[in-house]
Amino acid sequence: MNDARPAGDPGLLEVRIERKAYGSALGQHVDVLRDLRFILPRGEVGVLVGPSGCGKTTMLRLIAGSEGGYEGTIVRPAAGKLAMVFQEPRLLPWRTVEENVRLIAPGVDDMTFTMLFDVLELTHHRAHYPGELSLGLARRVALARAFATDPDLLLLDEPFVSLDEALARRLQDELILLVERRAVTTLLVTHDVDEAARLGDRLFLLSPRPAHVVAELPIAMPRRSRSTDDITAIKADVARRIGNNVGSQAR
Amino acid sequence: MLRLASLALFFIAWFAGSLVAGEQMLPGPDTVLATILTEARSGDLFLHLGATLARVLVAFTLAMTLGAAIGLAMGRSPVIDRLGDPWLIVLLNLPALVIIVLAYIWGGLTETAAVLAVAINKLPTAVVTVREGARALDPALDEMARVFAMPRWKALRHVVLPQLAPYLAAAARSGLSLVWKIVLIVELLGRPNGVGFEIGVAFQLFDVTRILAYALAFVAVIMAIEMALVQPIERRASRWRPRTA
Repeated sequence: MNDARPAGDPGLLEVRIERKAYGSALGQHVDVLRDLRFILPRGEVGVLVGPSGCGKTTMLRLIAGSEGGYEGTIVRPAAGKLAMVFQEPRLLPWRTVEENVRLIAPGVDDMTFTMLFDVLELTHHRAHYPGELSLGLARRVALARAFATDPDLLLLDEPFVSLDEALARRLQDELILLVERRAVTTLLVTHDVDEAARLGDRLFLLSPRPAHVVAELPIAMPRRSRSTDDITAIKADVARRIGNNVGSQAR
Repeated sequence: MLRLASLALFFIAWFAGSLVAGEQMLPGPDTVLATILTEARSGDLFLHLGATLARVLVAFTLAMTLGAAIGLAMGRSPVIDRLGDPWLIVLLNLPALVIIVLAYIWGGLTETAAVLAVAINKLPTAVVTVREGARALDPALDEMARVFAMPRWKALRHVVLPQLAPYLAAAARSGLSLVWKIVLIVELLGRPNGVGFEIGVAFQLFDVTRILAYALAFVAVIMAIEMALVQPIERRASRWRPRTA
């Protein structure tokens, strides 16, 4: 068993997973990941795009170190301050929005805190409890919590899934704003090619189970200047590379 | 309002019962109240209530702290659960009387033996309740705390304990009443003061009035604790829950 371990070069994520399997109910082993390799350079936003159920969440959990039992190595940023935005917001329902952020990020200074709540439009919800928030707002709190820790590596697991398109688009814009403010090395996992084309510096296209990287697609054009046409072009490129397998699942 | 009406009904039934059974077997509420007042004026009532209350509080605190810690450990770790389970079943099924008698034989007729005997009686039920709670802990929040490298104590306080709160409250509720009943037996068997001792004396004299006076006085004390302490704490712990309109 190999555990994720920090290495010399800060901000660089290197993943080499030979095999990760789960025991099924029948006692057989089902491979979830096989020969999954990629390197994410410092300060970039990497996006893993793959069909639903291909093992993306499993891979994030391996990187986060909350699950072991795989063959291979994962090299994480040196200082290794990790932040994660899960598929569900995973807030503490018995603490207010502000407490949720400050408990996880006790070192956050007031300026950063105010800026985050400003960008994410949470200022009026500081004293609310998570049970009083809509899903979109709860997702924003989860984003604020992750950024407040000032992470060396940010992991995002389909953070905008099951929001309506307009809202998802707004949250994506807010995410871009925050990521570019301090070039956080970010790994985003999604089944949504449109989202990947908008957010990523580098796309890793995954096969269905057992997942491996079928193509790596660096996007040189800065996120801010991508027009609708550029994004359509990127999406077409993705679709071509993996044969309409993933492209058909775009929103 | 409904509660008051129900309580009034209780006193009416009691009064009627005493008329039928006679003052000797079941003295009426007025007689019992008069005895409570006499005992209070002489100071005896407060001496015995105080002694019993002190034992209840020490035994209760001991059993709850230990029980919560063991229950949490057993709920979270299957190995500890398997190791501890047989002990738990033995303790659960050991009669209170046996534990008390053995504690007095091994520890002498001392305060420590008395309080420990009570705490050991309460311990297994507290463990069982908290263990249920620990099994129901949300693994998603656990993972969140781990990924963000939340310090252990902080995670315990802000992630784990709020989830256990309903179970702790249930254990505390049933615990308080169980503990004070057992304290009475302990006092009856081997203490020179306390409500249990007084009831023992009254039993030898067949003084039903006195028995009821002491029992009801202490019930009132426990009710006061419940209303002044347990309920406000519960309300505070659940203030985050969306109120139903």
